[in-house]
Amino acid sequence: MTDSTATGRPGMRLGYRFNLVGMTALGIILLWACVALFAPQIIPHSVGEIVDSDYFGPMSRELWFGSDYLGRDIFSRILMGARYTLGISLAAVTIACFSGIALGMTAAVAGGWFDSTLSRFLDALNSIPSKLFGLVVVAAVGSSIPALIGTLSVIYTPGAYRFARALAVNVNTMDFIVVARIRGERLPYLIASEILPNILGPVLADLGLRFVFIVLLLSGLSFLGLGVQPPYADWGALVRENIAGLPFGAPAVIFPSLAIASLTISVNLLIDNLPRRIRDRSAE
Amino acid sequence: MKKQVSLLVVRRLLIALITLVIVSFAVFFATALLPGDTATILLGQSATPEAVEGLRKAMHLNDPAIIRFLRWIAGLFQGDFGKSYANNVPVANLISGRFVNTMKLAGLTAAIAVPFALTLGITAAMWRGTLYDRTVTIATIGIISVPEFMIATLAVLLFAVYLKWLPALSLTNEVKSLHDLLRIYAMPVMTLTFGVSAQMIRMTRAAVVETLNTPYVEMALLKGASRPRLVLRHALPNALGPIVNAVALSLSYLLGGVIIVETIFNYPGVAKLMVDAVSTRDLPLIQTCAMIFCLGYLALITAADIIAVLSNPRLR
Repeated sequence: MTDSTATGRPGMRLGYRFNLVGMTALGIILLWACVALFAPQIIPHSVGEIVDSDYFGPMSRELWFGSDYLGRDIFSRILMGARYTLGISLAAVTIACFSGIALGMTAAVAGGWFDSTLSRFLDALNSIPSKLFGLVVVAAVGSSIPALIGTLSVIYTPGAYRFARALAVNVNTMDFIVVARIRGERLPYLIASEILPNILGPVLADLGLRFVFIVLLLSGLSFLGLGVQPPYADWGALVRENIAGLPFGAPAVIFPSLAIASLTISVNLLIDNLPRRIRDRSAE
Repeated sequence: MKKQVSLLVVRRLLIALITLVIVSFAVFFATALLPGDTATILLGQSATPEAVEGLRKAMHLNDPAIIRFLRWIAGLFQGDFGKSYANNVPVANLISGRFVNTMKLAGLTAAIAVPFALTLGITAAMWRGTLYDRTVTIATIGIISVPEFMIATLAVLLFAVYLKWLPALSLTNEVKSLHDLLRIYAMPVMTLTFGVSAQMIRMTRAAVVETLNTPYVEMALLKGASRPRLVLRHALPNALGPIVNAVALSLSYLLGGVIIVETIFNYPGVAKLMVDAVSTRDLPLIQTCAMIFCLGYLALITAADIIAVLSNPRLR
C-alpha cells in the first residue's frame, strides 16, 4: 500500500489498471458474499452426504473439487464453509470496529485520565500476540461460535481503538471543533457529528484490513482444531480435516486454502486500490 | 540532550514493565477465572464432592483470585512454574528442552530472513515504480494475505510431494549429519522465512521510500546523483532507524507463525507444547507458555521502540 501516493503522481498512468484490479477484487468479494448468503440453495450435494466411494478423490465432472476424507463433496463443503468464515469474521469485525472506534473517539475528545488509562490498558492487550490470545481464551471458554466471535472482537478492538484515536486526535485540534465546544455541544454530538464524518474514509479502509486479519486468525485457529467445531466447518477447519490428504496432493486440501487466499487477497487489493489512499500501517 | 534520550528509554522500559503486569493479569484471569472448575476437571466425572473439596483445598483453589495471582507471579519470579496437570511433571522440565528447539527455529529463520528481506526491500525502494518493484510489492501483499498454514501446505506439496526433496514431517531426534539437519529444518524455516520476510520487505521499503521523499534527496537527484548513490549514500543512513525498527517488529510475527508451523510440521517446540496443552486444558502449562510468548513479543516491540528513539538524530 505504498505506490501512488508515495510517488506523488495520483495514478494517472496506472489509473485504469488500478481500477481494473480493484474492480476484480470487489467482484470476487461480492461473489463470496452471494455464496455465503445463498449457499444452501446452490450446493450441488448435501454437506454431510457421502457421494464418492473413494476418499480424497480427484477433481471430476461430477465432483468439481474432488472429495474429502470421508468421500463428501468438497465443493459443496467450501460453499457452505463460506457462511462460517464470512459470517463469524464479519460479526467479529463489526463488533471490534464499532467498540474500538467509539472508544477511540471518546478518548480523543474527552482526553485526561480516561484517555490515558484506556490507552494504557488497550495497548497492553495489544501486546499479546493475537494467535496466542486466541489459544488462551479458547482454552478457557471453549470454542462455540459466539465465544469465537467474542474472542476475535476483543483481540482486534485495541487496534481499531488505536487507529481511530490517532485520527480523531488530529481532527480534535481543528477550529470547527473548538467552535463546537464553545457553542456548548456535548460529547455525543461532538463525536457523532463533528469527528466521525471526518475520519470515516480511513476508518472504513481500516475495517477492511482488520477483516482480513480476523479471517486469517479464525482460519488459523480452526486449522489448529480450536476454531469452528464439527459438524460445522469453516475453510480453516476444512484444511485441517483433510490434511491427511496432503501427501497425495489431494484437491481437498488445496481448494479450501485457495478460497481463503482469494478472499483475503481480494480485500487487501481492493483497499490498496481505493481512490483515497490511507497511510501504510504495519500489520499486526 | 543525552539525558533526554535516557529518560525516554527508561520511560519506555517502565511502560513495558507495566504492560507485562497487565498482560500477566490477563493471561492468569483468562485461564484461571473463566468457567470450568479445575479440581472437577482433574478428578473427572466420577469424583465425589468430598474429593473435589479436598483437592481444591490442597491446590489453594478456595483462596481469593488475587492471592492466587500473586502467588503465581511470585512463583514465576523464583523459577517455579507449577506442575503440569496432565502428567504431574514440573512445567519447567517440560519446557526447557522445547524452548531451545523453538529458539533454534526462530534464530535460523531470523538469520536467513533479515538479510534477504533487507536486500529486497531496499532494492525495491531503489527502483521504485519499476516492474521489479511492483512484482515484489504484489508478491508481499499476496504472502501477507494468506494464512501461514497455506504457505506451509504449499511448501509440503511442492518439495515433499511433487519434487520429493524433503520429508513432510520434521523430527529432531534423528539428526546424524548436516544433511539430516538441513532436511529437517528446511521446510519449517522456509515457511517462517516467507511470512517474516514479506512483512519486513514491506516495512523496509516504506521506510526507504519515505526518506526518498525528503528535500535533500531531491537535491541530490537534481545534482545528478545516480539512483544507487541516491539510495545508498543519501537516503539509507537516515532510514536506518526505521529499518531496524521494522526488523524488530517483523520478527514479532515469528511468534504467531511458529505456532502454526510447529503444529503442521510436528516440530517439538514450545508452541506445539502449548497447542497440545490447550487441547488437554493443562492450565499451568498454558499459562507458562503464554507468558514466554508474551515476554518475547513485548521484548521485541520494546526494542523496536527504543531503537526508534535512539536512531532519531534530533534527540542525540
